[in-house]
Order: sequence, then C-alpha cells, then structure tokens
Amino acid sequence: MRYIEQEKVVRRMNGRMVVNRVFQGLFMFATALALLALVILLYRIVSQGAGHLSLDFLTNFASRFPDQAGIKAALVGSIWLMAVVAPTSILLGVGSAIYLEEYAKKGRITTFIQMNISNLAGVPSVVFGLLGLTIFVRALALGNSILAAGFTMSLLILPVIIVAAQEAIRSVPGELRDASYGMGATKWQTIVRIILPAAIPGILTGSILALSRAIGETAPLIVVGIPVIIQFLPEGVMDTFTALPMQIYDWSSRPQAEFQTVAAAGIIVLMVVLLFMNSIAVFIRNKFDKSY
Amino acid sequence: MNTATIKTKINTAQPTSVEQVEKESVYSTRQLNLWYGNNHALKNIDLEIGENEVTAIIGPSGCGKSTYLKTLNRMVELVPSVKTSGEIHYRGRNIFDSSYGVEELRTRVGMVFQKPNPFPKSIYDNIAYGPRIHGIKNKKILDEIVEKSLRGAAIWDEVKDRLNENAYGISGGQQQRICIARTLAIEPDVILMDEPTSALDPISTLKIEELVQELKEQYSIIIVTHNMQQAARISDKTAFFLNGEVIEYDRTDTIFSNPADKRTEDYISGRFG
Repeated sequence: MRYIEQEKVVRRMNGRMVVNRVFQGLFMFATALALLALVILLYRIVSQGAGHLSLDFLTNFASRFPDQAGIKAALVGSIWLMAVVAPTSILLGVGSAIYLEEYAKKGRITTFIQMNISNLAGVPSVVFGLLGLTIFVRALALGNSILAAGFTMSLLILPVIIVAAQEAIRSVPGELRDASYGMGATKWQTIVRIILPAAIPGILTGSILALSRAIGETAPLIVVGIPVIIQFLPEGVMDTFTALPMQIYDWSSRPQAEFQTVAAAGIIVLMVVLLFMNSIAVFIRNKFDKSY
Repeated sequence: MNTATIKTKINTAQPTSVEQVEKESVYSTRQLNLWYGNNHALKNIDLEIGENEVTAIIGPSGCGKSTYLKTLNRMVELVPSVKTSGEIHYRGRNIFDSSYGVEELRTRVGMVFQKPNPFPKSIYDNIAYGPRIHGIKNKKILDEIVEKSLRGAAIWDEVKDRLNENAYGISGGQQQRICIARTLAIEPDVILMDEPTSALDPISTLKIEELVQELKEQYSIIIVTHNMQQAARISDKTAFFLNGEVIEYDRTDTIFSNPADKRTEDYISGRFG
C-alpha cells in the first residue's frame, strides 16, 4: 500500500505554490526596503553636500564661516587615529585569537573568557569612552591625545577583531595542522607557516571592517574629551586632534542652515574613506581566497 | 656430563636468538592502554613491529586501529582528554618518556593521512616544508631533497614541470603521492599510513600499493586499512584489532589462509565488520 496518494498531492499543489510565492515576495520586500533607505540616505547627503565639496574643503581648517569651513584637521586626525588603532588592535586581537584557538585548554575558564569577549562586542561605545577616560586620560595621564583616543578605540573594536580572527583560524582545516605536526613541526612553526597564511584573508577582512567602525565612532571621542575645532595638525601621538565624526557632529549641531551643507560634505568624505577601506577588505578577500 | 649440559643450554638458547636476529623490532608495544575520557579504546596491546616490513592493521570501524597508529607518533594526544598507560619502545626508547620530545619522534616517524592533505602552497613548498622546519635553508640542498622525495614517491615525472603550481591543482591520487613525498622529505625511519587509499580511485590505489612495496626496502611501514584484499596484497604481517584488543597478529599469509582465532576468520570471510 502507498502512503503518498498522487491525487491528493496534485490537489494540494496550488496551495503550496501560493505559500512559496508569498514568502518569496516577503523576502524581496525586506531587501527592497533596506535598499530604499540606503538610496534615500545617499541621495539626501549627496544632493546636499556635493555642492560644497572642493579641494578647498579638504585643505581648509574649520571656520565659523560656512563657505570657508574645511575638513583638513579632522581628516588628518582620523588618519592619525587609525595609525594608532590599527596596529594596536590587530596585534592584540590576533594574539588573543591565536591564544584562545591554538593554546588555551578548552575548559570552563576558556568558555567564560569566550563568552565575555562576545558580550564585550555588544557593549555601547560610550561605556568604552568612560573606560578610556578613567584609564588612559586620567590614570596613565595621556590627556586628550591621539594615543589615549587610539587606545580607547582599540579596546572598543578589540572584541570584534578577536571574534573575526578566531573564526578565520578555526576555518583552517584540521588536516593541515595534522600534516604539519606529523612532520615534527612545533606549535609556533605550525602557526606561523600554516595557520596564519591560511587565515590571513579572514583576519584582515574582519580587522578592516572593525577599523571602519572605529573611524565612524563619535561617542568615545566625546567622552575622552577630544576637541572639535582645531587650527593645527598634530605632529605626534601625544598631540591632541579632532576626527571626522566629531567634526560632522559639530557642524550638524550648528544653528546656521549653511552648516548643514558643510556637514553633508563631511559625511561624503567620511563615506568615501569607509568605502575605500571596505574595498580594500573585499580586494584582500578575493586576492587571497583559497578553497580547501 | 658437563659437556652435555652445555650442549643442551646452547640448543635451548639458539632458537630464540635466531628469531631475534631475524626480526629486528622497530616498535615494541607493551601493555598499552588508552582512554578517550571514559572510553577504553585500546586494551593491553602487545605488538612487535619489524624493520623493513609492511605491517597491516585491520579490523572493523571503531576497533582502535587508527587510534593505535596515531599513538605510535603521539598524534593521538592532540585529542583532548586522552590518557595512556603502558610503554611503546621505538628503537629501544620509550616514546612516552618525558625526555623524548614529540617533535623529535615525529621527525623519525612520518605519517600519511586518510584524506590527501597537501598545504595550500606550491608542490615544491609542500615537499620542502619538512626540511625547512628542521632548519635546512640552502636552496641547492632543498632542490635535491625535493627531487629525491618526488622520485621516491614515483611522481617526479608527473610534476617536475609544475613544481611551482599549487598542490591543490592536481588530482587526489597525485595529491596523496605528494603527501607521501612530503613525508619522505623528512627522511623518516618509519612511515605510518592511515587508510591512505580510502579516498582514492582504483588506479590511484594501485599506484600507492605499488609504491608501498618499493618503499619497504628502505622504510618500515605500518598501514591501517579497511580493505582486506589490500592488506593481503601488500603486507608481510597483519594485526587484527577488535574492540580495542589485538585478537591475532601473525604473518599475513597465515592470517588470511589459516587464522588461529574464530573471530579473525569471521571478519576475514566477511561475516561481520
């Protein structure tokens, strides 16, 4: 005797097809909505700010006259900030990831640390700002310098980098480790010669995406006490500075309508920087992508 | 009277000493027990493995044959929660001695795995990996080792013009011979093979089997296999494992023609496993 009756299957077919269609439509709608929001946002900013974009905008310092206001100090400041954040966070993050994946014994303590790292990634950035204020600005007396802000930002994105690097390391097939250990390689040789080269695309992609987050963050910088208007460029990591999101935040909170245009132009610059960093991430992923 | 007793002494001593000379042991395992957590995976294993022989280890899935193989170069310890007791002597030295580093042991005992696992590097770099980690930097010496190892694994002619290509670009059977060449490059004394042909097609399998026959002139080979015909074809001795115990260990022709244990006979004739 057969359990599936062909007649019934045919009768139910139409209903199944309708449900299939409905869900396809729902998911398409969700995607379209997200795209629409992005397009509106881009349109608003570009139409508002494009007129103010010029070479002068990039090479002028901030000014109280909207037509003379430029983004030089903020752009250079953000680059300085990244110069501190990138090496600090990547070295510490990849180091922690290697320790957790390759050295740490799996046990209750490791699980606890792991859980806390994942939780840290969800802590609001303003809390990291307060931490930075307490430790770097006050206790270590770094003041509102590039170094203090950079360390604070590094703490903020460290959990994201650790998790990304761990996943990249974990995705290196165990057979490659076996092959290396099987020939008498030490753990360190295996990590440097086999695991890291295979994991580097994932690690770099994750790191660059985390850095993109750091370059757009405002809250920690406000809490750490980074000034907005600066008429000089920093000459070292102990100098104070301002950053792109700080500058944009200041412009957009001014009462004069003209400054809204300046803010929009600033946002365009920030977005170009972000797109540039993301495209590096994509480039690295495609270039080093290996199939196992 | 005196001479008579001396004669009998010599007579009784001779057979044992002849046997010892005939089969020099590379590995002697004594009362080896192994646990994965609470799972008693190897039980009181005693095995002597001879020099320049092919020793096959057969048995149904989960009988501990791969575990035993991985214990011989202590790769099994990469699994957390493994505990061992007993001794394995390799060339007279207990491999579990704290003074015996696993890295040192694994330079003498190479391993070929079930699935071909070349590194995502060029063929050249794959073979040169072992010598490099052991400190050889001279390009000329490396070139020689690479050629010698690839010739040793009977794959030199197939890849000599593409040494700088990624090892992922060649077929699975070739990859496995690259892995064998990579093992030869560390100039081992023993080669452990963990079901080396189970992921390969029949022709590649045949090539590896022929290779094993050639390699035993210079190396002692221990091979775990699921394939009983393979064990019969290529090995000199066969150990039959069942539920973590060695049921029978003898010359391969004896095991396959006249096994002493009923369970061995049942397994070989395909009644279970």
